[in-house]
Amino acid sequence: MTCAELVELVTAYLDGALAPETEQRFVEHLALCDGCEIYVEQIRRTAAEVGRVEPENLPEETRDRLLDAFRSFPRG
Amino acid sequence: MLLYRRLVGVVLPTDDVLVAGLRTGDEETFACLLNGWSGSMLRLARSFVSTSASAEEVVQDTWLAVFEGIDRFESRSSLRTWVYRILVNIARKRATREQRTVPWTSLAPDSEPTVDPQRFRGADDQYPGGWRTFPDRWPTTESEVLAHEVRSTVAAAIEGLPIRQQVVLTLRDIDGHAAEDVCALLEISMANQRVLLHRARAAVRGRLDHYFTGADA
Repeated sequence: MTCAELVELVTAYLDGALAPETEQRFVEHLALCDGCEIYVEQIRRTAAEVGRVEPENLPEETRDRLLDAFRSFPRG
Repeated sequence: MLLYRRLVGVVLPTDDVLVAGLRTGDEETFACLLNGWSGSMLRLARSFVSTSASAEEVVQDTWLAVFEGIDRFESRSSLRTWVYRILVNIARKRATREQRTVPWTSLAPDSEPTVDPQRFRGADDQYPGGWRTFPDRWPTTESEVLAHEVRSTVAAAIEGLPIRQQVVLTLRDIDGHAAEDVCALLEISMANQRVLLHRARAAVRGRLDHYFTGADA
């Protein structure tokens, strides 16, 4: 497995979705290659940073309308 | 309304508590959900319908449908999956009304590399496909200022992605859904789901790399 091939398999690897023999070659390559180790770590970090992004929200007006609707929703 | 501001990383109560809150009309519960999920719901809606205004209406109609239906929720899936499924149904119907082709149905993953081929050695090299130079390591971002800049960089990178990539990235890496759930929700194959996530992460990584090291993506 080359570095160019490995970088395209990172997502499958992180999902545990590689075929066993491919995964083994992936892991063996990773153990020997600093460049790929850095790359995989950066993809992990990227996924983590994405998880920290402040999400967009509904406009205040829509939120208030929904909160009103929730408040006044008839409940049995 | 500071009370309702969503704090990133705040863990929501368990489904039992949330469902009970929705059923009894507990406002704080609903505000929590509204703040925690609206961003993802908007993005998801926008992948089906034509405008942001339309997406907002889909989110609004979804919540109204949730108020109506919460008594019938049976916990066979997580509450969030159930809510998102309602959203997708409403969004699909609306897309049909808007005569918009749902982009998820026409998915042909391309096989373009996600890392510039120039970064790797050519076929004649002693190590074909090996890094010419290793990627530069990124610094840690312990300072709050830097962390804030990173978040802005990532947010801008996400905004710049094609909508389908945005949605899959949001569902997987922001909401933490499992791959299987994303496939079921969007009615796409595992392979398609993975390609979209892969391209999205690689693109955001490229932007971060540029931010941290000044390298071109």
